Amino acid sequence: MKQQIVVSGIGGQGVLFMTRILAESAVECKEEVLTSETHGMAMRGGTVISHVKVGPFTSPLIRMGEADIGLFLHAGNREVHQGFLKPEGIIYMNAPQAGSAETMDATAIARRHGAPVIANLVLLGFAIRRGGLFCDAATVEAVIRRISPPRQLDLNLEGFRLGLSSCRSGSEDSL
Amino acid sequence: MGDHSQQRILMGNEAIGRGLIEEGCTLAAAYPGTPASEILSSVSAFAKETGTALHAEWSINEKVACETALANSMAGRRSAVAMKQVGLNVAADPFTRAVYLGVKGGFILIAADDPGPHSSQTEQDSRLFAHFAKAPVFDPSSPREARQMVAEAFALSEKYEIPVVLRPTTRVCHARQNVSCRMPSARPQKAAFEKDPGRWVATPQFLTELHRLLNDKLDRIAREEAFAPILIPGAAGTRTCIVASGVAYAHTSELLDALGPEGRVDLYHVRLAHPLHRPFVEELRRRYEKVLVLEETDAVIEMQLGACGLKGRASGDVPRQGELTPDVIEQILRKFLDLPPARAALAAKRGTRPSLCAGCGHRAAFWAIRETFPKGIFPSDIGCYTLGMNFGAVDTCHCMGACIGQGAGFYHAYSAGGSQFPTIVVTIGDSTFFHAGIPGLINAVSQGAHFILVILDNGTTAMTGHQPTPQLGVRADGSAGRKVFITEIVRACGVRHLRQIDPYDVAAFTTALKEADAFIRSPEGDIAVLIASHPCVVDRTARQTQSVFAMEITDGCIGCRVCIEGFECPAILFDEEKQRAQIDQDRCIGCGICVHVCPSAAIQAEGGKS
Repeated sequence: MKQQIVVSGIGGQGVLFMTRILAESAVECKEEVLTSETHGMAMRGGTVISHVKVGPFTSPLIRMGEADIGLFLHAGNREVHQGFLKPEGIIYMNAPQAGSAETMDATAIARRHGAPVIANLVLLGFAIRRGGLFCDAATVEAVIRRISPPRQLDLNLEGFRLGLSSCRSGSEDSL
Repeated sequence: MGDHSQQRILMGNEAIGRGLIEEGCTLAAAYPGTPASEILSSVSAFAKETGTALHAEWSINEKVACETALANSMAGRRSAVAMKQVGLNVAADPFTRAVYLGVKGGFILIAADDPGPHSSQTEQDSRLFAHFAKAPVFDPSSPREARQMVAEAFALSEKYEIPVVLRPTTRVCHARQNVSCRMPSARPQKAAFEKDPGRWVATPQFLTELHRLLNDKLDRIAREEAFAPILIPGAAGTRTCIVASGVAYAHTSELLDALGPEGRVDLYHVRLAHPLHRPFVEELRRRYEKVLVLEETDAVIEMQLGACGLKGRASGDVPRQGELTPDVIEQILRKFLDLPPARAALAAKRGTRPSLCAGCGHRAAFWAIRETFPKGIFPSDIGCYTLGMNFGAVDTCHCMGACIGQGAGFYHAYSAGGSQFPTIVVTIGDSTFFHAGIPGLINAVSQGAHFILVILDNGTTAMTGHQPTPQLGVRADGSAGRKVFITEIVRACGVRHLRQIDPYDVAAFTTALKEADAFIRSPEGDIAVLIASHPCVVDRTARQTQSVFAMEITDGCIGCRVCIEGFECPAILFDEEKQRAQIDQDRCIGCGICVHVCPSAAIQAEGGKS
């Protein structure tokens, strides 16, 4: 297994938490993993990106045009970070309107449940359901249980399940 | 988490912290700074988890951290000090002398570099600093290797009684990788300081001999087989090789694999960047016709190789500034190996710039300062509050604590010849004030400068992840320490005009600014200090103590953008279609400050319950 994933967003959206979930899930799947994260000033609402490389890699960074999957929490980042994707790479995008990518309004779904901060887990659930990622829902759910702070656990699980059970474009018809 | 021999996902900084605990470090000191901040917090966390006794501290600055750790080493105990690269500038004085005097217990100075730079004021190469100071320096290429190098650095330090530098870069510090963890080995280390005035006091008469001993140590380390660069062989008989270190090695190794047969050249992995293994230098000259050196951020290995004909920074084949990302290295490799250039990447749009958080007390203070003194000069400093530059409330940012000296310097510049001076409002964070602001304040008072100093006191070191300041009275391990109050320090520096106000009270803060200006311009006036105290809103418990208003923008909005450009709250967005501002309710925390900002009184606050 070799998979390269970029997680893109703005500071405060939970990019680092998604990165950790993916890294821990890789270990659960007995894969080698390397990630690279954005810390410091950019975390104050600026553009942030994480690289996740699952499999036998040595460099923590993904080259332009080499990512298999992009998880985009902020639609404005498409033009900033889409260059990382392979031509056949898939972007799972949190955005109000459906676009060319696999798009869903994760923020709206999270907000309807009173917690816009869980949009990251909604989008992750959506990407897992669409089947592009290296890991399955049960693995990710086990990781969420293990690494969530206790008071945040129920909310995180709910966000993830909402993403898993929703269909495209943010409607919750299937719920 | 019971089984510690298992693989765990660790960030590079956590891997270093884990290594320090497993290898029997007894004292670790640090001052936070990206990309090094998580090292000390992991030391504390892993000490707690493994039941290891050690003294871990957030020191007031890197110089004090270095001196504290050095004395622990003089007492024969393993010690470490961690900082970002510019922290080594602050710790330069104790560090450079420590290399001459040597150490007893293993001593590691961790200086985390930031090629790029992503979150720093320079791109300086701490390996070059180590070369200048004549200290050995390890250059890890991954979290796993950084952890391993902690063990090697302690052993090397003790064998030669020499301080050793571990120099990770951002891409190692903030990478995560599965790392195997074990329990710390028992290593009794009782404090035993042996008096030796010729060494620990070392007046000039002793120093030539100490310098000779140091040079001798470096010569011997340069012949240690353990630190010979590791050869990853390419095609048999190749006369081409690449010498790489740090994360540049990690990128190169992967890229050569991706290039397939064309990438089958010899690759040397340099782990100890200084002193460079001397037999290696000779072997390289003998064996290869073409040599490329890839290292960050300066030409430290290249300089020691000293051979002409090398491809690297001196030859112009490697950029002399900026980060060596895999994309940059790919272009270098393709040229070096006579391959066609890679396809050009699409030009990317710039991302969103960072901004002070919605509800940040600094924004309220900056707004009042800029509105009260539209023609003022605003020296500032390093921290979240540097972001005041986005809306014209920060004119300078130099290095930790510099703003106070700059405030005095601007005053002396403008007052020369008796001309009217503009109001100078200096802003500095609480942690930065403790770090390096105090001597500047004493100097400004004693030299008769006239300016307003606003200490932005949010009760924490926010930018780097909320490390405690001395005023909080909490130590790195969470235990209680004695509180040291900023007000008492300011008075003791000789300041006579001092007020402490919550900047959320915009009217009171504005009045205090005007009174301060009157004071500094009065016959008896000099420096006025305002302490703008409001807890950091990232701290959710602190936030529970403040009122929450329901914010709304009414039809009175005329789309003037004052709240967008002059205030830059991330919770106020501009609707281009309707040409008016709107509140992003997901991000608004209901602080209510923006009510003071709207010239059309179209921003309204309701409620105000806690």
